[in-house]
Amino acid sequence: MTLTLTILSAGPSVTVQDMGREGWLAAGLARGGAADRLALLEAAALLGQSTPQAALEMAGFGGRFTFGAPTRIALTGAPMRATLEGEALRWNASHLLPEGATLEIGPAETGVYGYLAVAGGIATPPLLGARATQASAGIGHRLAGGDTLPLGDDPAPDAPLLTLPEAHRFKGGTVRVIEGPQSAYFSEDTRARFFATAFPARAGNRQGLTLGSEEPFTTRTGETILSEPITAGDIQMTGAGLPAILLAECQTIGGYPRIGTVIPADLPLAAQTPQGATLRFRPVTLAEAEAACPPEAAQLDALRAAVLPLRRSGYDTYALLGSQLIGGAIRGDEEEPWRAGLI
Amino acid sequence: MTVTPPQIFPLSLDGVLVRFGQAFTEAANARALALHGALLASPPKGFVESAPALAALHVRFDRTATTRADFEAALRARLDQSADAAPRAPSRIWHIPAAFGGEDGPQLDDVAARAGLSAERLVTQFCETDLSVLALGFAPGLPYLGTLPENWQMPRLTELTREVPRGAITTAIRQIVLFSAPSPTGWRWFGRTAFRPFDLQADQPIALRPGDALRFHAVCDTDLTALEGAPLGGARLEVGA
Repeated sequence: MTLTLTILSAGPSVTVQDMGREGWLAAGLARGGAADRLALLEAAALLGQSTPQAALEMAGFGGRFTFGAPTRIALTGAPMRATLEGEALRWNASHLLPEGATLEIGPAETGVYGYLAVAGGIATPPLLGARATQASAGIGHRLAGGDTLPLGDDPAPDAPLLTLPEAHRFKGGTVRVIEGPQSAYFSEDTRARFFATAFPARAGNRQGLTLGSEEPFTTRTGETILSEPITAGDIQMTGAGLPAILLAECQTIGGYPRIGTVIPADLPLAAQTPQGATLRFRPVTLAEAEAACPPEAAQLDALRAAVLPLRRSGYDTYALLGSQLIGGAIRGDEEEPWRAGLI
Repeated sequence: MTVTPPQIFPLSLDGVLVRFGQAFTEAANARALALHGALLASPPKGFVESAPALAALHVRFDRTATTRADFEAALRARLDQSADAAPRAPSRIWHIPAAFGGEDGPQLDDVAARAGLSAERLVTQFCETDLSVLALGFAPGLPYLGTLPENWQMPRLTELTREVPRGAITTAIRQIVLFSAPSPTGWRWFGRTAFRPFDLQADQPIALRPGDALRFHAVCDTDLTALEGAPLGGARLEVGA
């Protein structure tokens, strides 16, 4: 019995992600980490982690996984069809999986990035101070069948299983935008047209999400500009004048003009916008943005307050089995033998 | 050279962009590096990190430790101090062996023709130029080096080169970019080094720092091949007082 997660098969982009690495911007390396940071905060609340731990990020499609020991997991982010040995598991909830059972995670039903988190965190050796994969920079790699990852100890294996209310950030919508260093390069008319347009999302990746537009968006002069620092959330206009929202794994310096920056609280929705869904932008002041974006520690506190007990039903039969494996044999005459482990 | 007064902008909620110019000048770059140095030497409350670009500095702060208004005030105080400071001589100087032309730099003749020199004279001029790390970006550890003499003013290629190898030395607009991984590029590829600006296995995975001085030393192709396995690809770091 070892604390491991083995990948039996994986979708095209399954990677280890945490909250990223700070302190490397001057070296040309962005923070990176989860494309949907809120999903890791949700997982931390469901698993009782004091801070979010490294988890699997699954872009578009999950895979088949098995564990070397009974393991408490949480499934968050874009809802995907998850089954344990054929039994459906609720998304946005924590579960206790028995050793050796096969967890199968299918395509995203909506949204883009689903997360499989484990209570003790994925314990791969940190690279440059974090476990986040940044495949575009050669830091870590996309996972494939046969990969086995070490896991940390579950600090509270008997903790109750929990769920969070369904999240609603997986179908596009409206994101709030603050002005940035280059907003004034665009005319008032261009900016007004930008905020009045509904944009269809194209296929994105961890670096950015490009949007479609019939009319291009260009700066007043149309001249090339000097490369300047860029950051996640920036909305740059590519050479063709199409907006692209920079995401977690963006570069650190860029030369495309940027009309504004999506506020951090709305970046999870932007990152989770599936191809074909519609995104709109709404300008807000810095003060409004500050108020709308509590620090992540406060967001985690709020999520901890929002978790509910996971009620037992057909879908967590295997969670029950898992609790038996951990707790030893049950006598069978207890009124609710599963309660201690499940609630 | 005149420098426009620095402008301060929000860059997302935890960041500030300090702009020293809308075009690259050595003066603007030097001021970005000076403020970067001043912040590292004496970090204001809530400082997280700062990162120089060609003519701007990105500074990040911890929103739970300070406010934007307080942080910007602290930044302005350091701006005033660093504006008066005399430019410091670089304390770190890199010496990097490199080979030029042929398979190590197929576009050498093109670069030489545009710079109005023979290939041989161009390499000599290049290796006699004191370069410095203007910024790291595009990819981890990837340096923008400058500034080359005026005859190196040449545009990017109109068509991308599909792939240059690790260690490729490329040029455009009087600057050099040195690739640590194979990459497509619009810059002209004229040399190669065994030095890797980004190597996860190394003690210091990202070798260069903004502001470092740098000189290339021409070696022949077979010498460069021999350096492939050497520490830092044969590069040598001279650290001053």
